[in-house]
This record gives sequence, C-alpha cells and structure tokens, in this order.
Amino acid sequence: MTQKTVLNETHRRLGAKMVDFGGWDMPLHYGSQIEEHHAVRRDCGMFDVSHMCAVDIVGPDARAFLLRLIANNVDKLKTPGKALYSAMLNEAGGVIDDLIVYFVGDGIYRLVINAGTAEKDLDWIAARIAEWKLDVASIPRRDLSIIAVQGPNAKSRVWQVLPGTQAATEALKPFNSVKLGDYFIATTGYTGETGFEITLPAGETENFWQKLLNAGVRPIGLGARDTLRLEAGMNLYGQDMDETVSPLDAGLDWTVDLSGPRDGIDFVGKTALLAHPQQKQFLGLLLDKGGVLRAHQKVSTAHGDGEITSGTFSPTLSQSIALARLPLATAVGDSAEVDIRGKRLTVKVVKPCFVRNGKSLI
Amino acid sequence: MNIPANLKYTKSHEWVRVEADGTVTIGITDHAQELLGDLVFVELPEVGKELAAEQEAAVVESVKAASDVYAPIAGTVTAVNTSLSDAPEAVNQDAYAAWLFQMKPANAADIDALLDATAYTACAAE
Repeated sequence: MTQKTVLNETHRRLGAKMVDFGGWDMPLHYGSQIEEHHAVRRDCGMFDVSHMCAVDIVGPDARAFLLRLIANNVDKLKTPGKALYSAMLNEAGGVIDDLIVYFVGDGIYRLVINAGTAEKDLDWIAARIAEWKLDVASIPRRDLSIIAVQGPNAKSRVWQVLPGTQAATEALKPFNSVKLGDYFIATTGYTGETGFEITLPAGETENFWQKLLNAGVRPIGLGARDTLRLEAGMNLYGQDMDETVSPLDAGLDWTVDLSGPRDGIDFVGKTALLAHPQQKQFLGLLLDKGGVLRAHQKVSTAHGDGEITSGTFSPTLSQSIALARLPLATAVGDSAEVDIRGKRLTVKVVKPCFVRNGKSLI
Repeated sequence: MNIPANLKYTKSHEWVRVEADGTVTIGITDHAQELLGDLVFVELPEVGKELAAEQEAAVVESVKAASDVYAPIAGTVTAVNTSLSDAPEAVNQDAYAAWLFQMKPANAADIDALLDATAYTACAAE
C-alpha cells in the first residue's frame, strides 16, 4: 500500500503532481520543476521529506553499535549535535543504504535513512543488535516529520517564522544540529545550498509548513530535489550505488574510514573493501548540446567503458550533466563519448560537483 | 484538458492540423507536455525525410525522460520548427502553437483515419 506523509492533502491542494517514490505518494512538482529548482538556488524552497525515516539509536552500547554498523567512524562526532554522512554496508562491502548520523548526546544517536530502504535497514539493524548482543534499542520515529528548507534565504525565513531559532542556530556550522523544544534543527541538506533540515512532531507539520508558505517559501517537489542534488554532486541511493556497488566505486570513499579497528572490532564490510580495492572512479560529465545524459548510458573513454549512474538537464548550467562510474585511469579534463539514440556525443569529464551555493563550479 | 476540436490526434499524443495547401502540421498535445514536464531538448527530423506512419520522427526530452514523437501518417517532412532548439519550453507554454514539424502526406485520405477530439479525449483520460 502506498504510504502518505501528513502533508499529502496539502500538496494536492497546492496543485502538486504526485508520484510514487519508494512506496510513498510524494509531490514531483507543483507546476514547473525548473522554476522550483531556480527558486532554491536564488531564494529558498521547502521540501516535505517526511518519507525519510528518523531512527533513534539509544542505549549504553549505542556508540559501540554504530562503530561497527557504519563505514565512517562515529567517534569523529565529538560534540553533541554534530552530524556525519556515511554508508551502512553488507559483509560483501555493498551499500545497504547511505545515511546521516547525528550525535544527540551520550548514548543517543539519530540516523536518517532513505524511504525506499527503511524496512530493509530496520531489519538489518535489528538483526545486528541481536547478533552482537548489545544493550541498545533502534526506535523508528514515524511520529516525526522532516521539512527541509534550502536556499540562500532559507535560514532567515525559518528564523522569521520560528521564534528563538536565530539565537539557537546562528553560530551552527554545516553538518550540525540543535534541539529546540520539539524541533530538531540540522544544518544539513541535499541541494548544495545553505539551509536546514527540520525534524518535528507530525501534528505540528501542517502549521509549520503553512507559516513558511506565508513567509514566501516556495514548495519544491522531488523533481527539483533530484536536479539540485545532481548539480551538487550528491549520490542518490538505488541509482548511484546499491547493495552490489562498493562505496569506493561510488565516490563515497571519503565517508569510509578504513583506519585501524574501532574498539578492537572492524565495521561490517571492511574486510571486503580491503580485499577488493577501488575499481572505478566516480566522476562528472558535461554535455554541450545534443540531448540529455541519462542513467545507464554507456560511456566510452580512452581507458575503457564506463556507465552513467545519474543524468539530467542542469537548470543552473543550461546543459546536461551526469554522474558516472569510469575506468580508474580516467582524469578530469578528458573527453569521452556517450551513445545517445545511436549518435556518439562528446562529453567532458569533470569533478563530480557542478554547482555550490548558487555558483557554477564548471 | 485542452483538446481543440479543430485538430486530429493520435493515440501516441500527437496533434495534427491540416493546412490549406494540404500539408499537415504536427506537435504534441497539451496532455503529453503535462505528462512530460519541463521540456529541455527537442530533436527534429531532417527536411525531405520520408516517414512511414507510426515511424519515430522526433524526440522530446524533459528533465525527467526522453520520449519519441511518431509520424501520424506516411509522408515527407517539408519543414521543422527550428525555433524550438533554443526554446523547447515553448511546447510547455502552448503545445498547440509550438509545432514540431510539417509533412506532405503520401495519401491525404490517411488523415481521415486519425482520432477526432472526442476520441482523443477518451484516449487521454485512460
């Protein structure tokens, strides 16, 4: 059965075109995906991302559990509020999911996991808790909603509608969070812009959304969310990586900490990653004209073939861009060819990050 | 749904207008552009190309996906709307003004077999 967030009726009232995403009935756009994209780059926009699942990891062994569960080292989170992006791997080193882990306080962490993988993730987490016999509980927080507000003016709009938030968040660096009453406010996002991801009680979501709307924050659908994250060079689970792909081949090596054992134990998947070093490079592609790069298109390089994992039209750059897994010897600045409908089009290999804070990096 | 009564249609969501000189003008319907979302690229056929009915003639790409546009009837391409190369979004703004290509029908009677507005309305509602 298709699941709905508490804002489902609100999205429909705002004229959203709804689509199924990971088993959830979500807004694709509210009229024009491209205009929504520009709104986030130039002003600000808000996303209902309540389909994503917050999971609290609580108990005396919470830290020990996460040290072993995920590929990055949660001991890097030294002060409460700090956040870390990482991946949860299987024994073969494939990516079960990518996630953000927030250090709330001693014995309390919060994970935010993807919608389509939530059930699988929760089963995996429960099985590992049982297997490792640790004193920790995993609590999915379906009683909470998540609203992302992103863009150069995002923070000031949130400060305007939520009293007390300016003082509480003004000094927060990126990838941090603070709890303010029932609101969990994080300086994270999936757009390459500044802003917040705000976790709040489901019952207060409608009211909060309406206040933001009244303050001029534009609702943004999943369509623009995808073009924004692609321009920012951020991976999408199920497209850029999955259980059959090593994080090292998906541009996620920076979130994998392969240094010595943590508390004497290796994280799940580490042995496999050490046995199978990086095979592919995760890079960006730029196409001047002639079509739109799409996932699964073949890329021919001087060093062999590769594959596009995500491709789209970049509204900011007005040309097509893609993320691709390419042969290891491929270098930024190389030319490559992509077959689109029988025509071989030349693309330029670039770093896998196209736009940040409204500015082209190309 | 915006489905003008004076045009002919196909099940694959092309509209067809018969001009005074017997050529036909072809575009995609308002319903089709709405399904596709913001268009960002249009690939048009070469003038002079002979097309069979239901042969792939053009490609429209939105941010979301690429979609083929088919020749509604057999004929020869006589003109293409080159202004769409720089402004594919014109199709989203007015799908019936932003035509894609024109054809000289191989057999004018083929036009009669196309859907009328009523039949297309039923087809688009499916």
